[in-house]
Amino acid sequence: MGAPGGQAPASGGPPVVALSRVNKHFGTLHVLNDITLDVARGEVVVVLGPSGSGKSTLCRAINRLETIDSGSIAIDGVPLPEEGAALASLRAEVGMVFQSFNLFAHKTVLQNVTLGPVKVRGLTPTDAQARAVELLERVGVADQAAKYPAQLSGGQQQRVAIARALAMDPKLILFDEPTSALDPEMVNEVLDVMVTLAAQGMTMIVVTHEMGFARKAADRVVFMADGQVVEQNTPEAFFTAPRTDRAKDFLSKILTH
Amino acid sequence: MDGLATLLREYDVLAAFWMTVQLTAWGAVGALVVGTVVAVARVSPVGVLQRFGAWFVTLVRNTPLTLIVALCSLGIANTLKVQLAPADSPTFIVDNGFRWGVVALAVYHAAFVAEAIRSGINTVPAGQAEAARSIGLGFAATLRHVVLPQAFRGAIAPLGNTLIALTKNTTVVATVGVAEAAYLMRNMIEFNPSLLYAIFALLATGFVVLTLPMGLLFTWLSNRLGVHR
Repeated sequence: MGAPGGQAPASGGPPVVALSRVNKHFGTLHVLNDITLDVARGEVVVVLGPSGSGKSTLCRAINRLETIDSGSIAIDGVPLPEEGAALASLRAEVGMVFQSFNLFAHKTVLQNVTLGPVKVRGLTPTDAQARAVELLERVGVADQAAKYPAQLSGGQQQRVAIARALAMDPKLILFDEPTSALDPEMVNEVLDVMVTLAAQGMTMIVVTHEMGFARKAADRVVFMADGQVVEQNTPEAFFTAPRTDRAKDFLSKILTH
Repeated sequence: MDGLATLLREYDVLAAFWMTVQLTAWGAVGALVVGTVVAVARVSPVGVLQRFGAWFVTLVRNTPLTLIVALCSLGIANTLKVQLAPADSPTFIVDNGFRWGVVALAVYHAAFVAEAIRSGINTVPAGQAEAARSIGLGFAATLRHVVLPQAFRGAIAPLGNTLIALTKNTTVVATVGVAEAAYLMRNMIEFNPSLLYAIFALLATGFVVLTLPMGLLFTWLSNRLGVHR
């Protein structure tokens, strides 16, 4: 991991995600300001920034949970379609892990993981279950398969959510502050799963405040403030020698403790 | 007690309440189907459907049931001759009256069912639908597999209220000649006015027997099926 110089790891074909001059407003707030960003296959991009900087919105715009006002977003060279069947099938290729887990509350852990494969991919329930058990083992919660989400700890729920995203065999996974809603002692169990995923070559965009994860697993750090990408670099270079005042200010506030 | 015995001997009370039960059951099924469709229309992303849903609920909810029953029976069935039973059938009058009664009950209560389900949908956090969309489910699949199953569980108590109201509202259908409990009561009072209190007690008990278990059942169901978050 950790290709030098903030460059994406070498790979063929178009970038998995290509944002070009993306703008979005919430009322008078310019929440995404002319964002241009490419993410290559296998790359792990960590998005940092103060709250309100637009990083979650960026993450949600990539699978069109938020619409954008102008600019273009392409997944694997295909521009995001309008709402409809084409968008649904594109979303199936883009996994998403939410801050608040969002496991289907009325379904068991196993049903949470098999719903997409059965209803979207058309797998038989038997095949989907076999694969789900395999994925739940991979994230370490296979023994909870028959329980409902409310019976699990936050860390377990988030690992199930990762398994649910993986079950769709996505081209990339978006993580929208995956550990922010967790009790401190559960953060690591989720980060460990994410580090493993990164090491296995999954393309990931991770909005987080976990600097340790950024140092350990990221190929590139993207620093956002006020809706703009202010700085991007390798984690090592970003944390030791930030170039912009905004980044220096941000890092001084979070790294002094 | 003599009076009660006389009433039970001279009138087929069970048959009348059986008709009430049938009106309730079919009316409830119809109201659930129509109400679900209307609720889905109200939350759909299509403007025309949203307005249709809002219009239906506002119009029907604010119209007296008696008027809707009269419209169905006198207006649509008698005047416009739209029949819901084969005209050559020997039980034509009874069947046609019953079926139009069911239609009126279903349409009227559908407005309340739709609002109950819509409030149930509002209890489902937005993140549930977002998660469903993010694994590639479309609008219909998201509703069917994720949102509505949770919405119904959240709406069980108000749906129970609507069912109890529907049970008692079946008495309105007596006005167009469907031989259910209230129709029987009218006949009893007409021919046995001296037994007024016994008639009242008999009918009241009948409805309590029907509705009390419903209330208990729905309380139990809403505890049992409620979604834990």
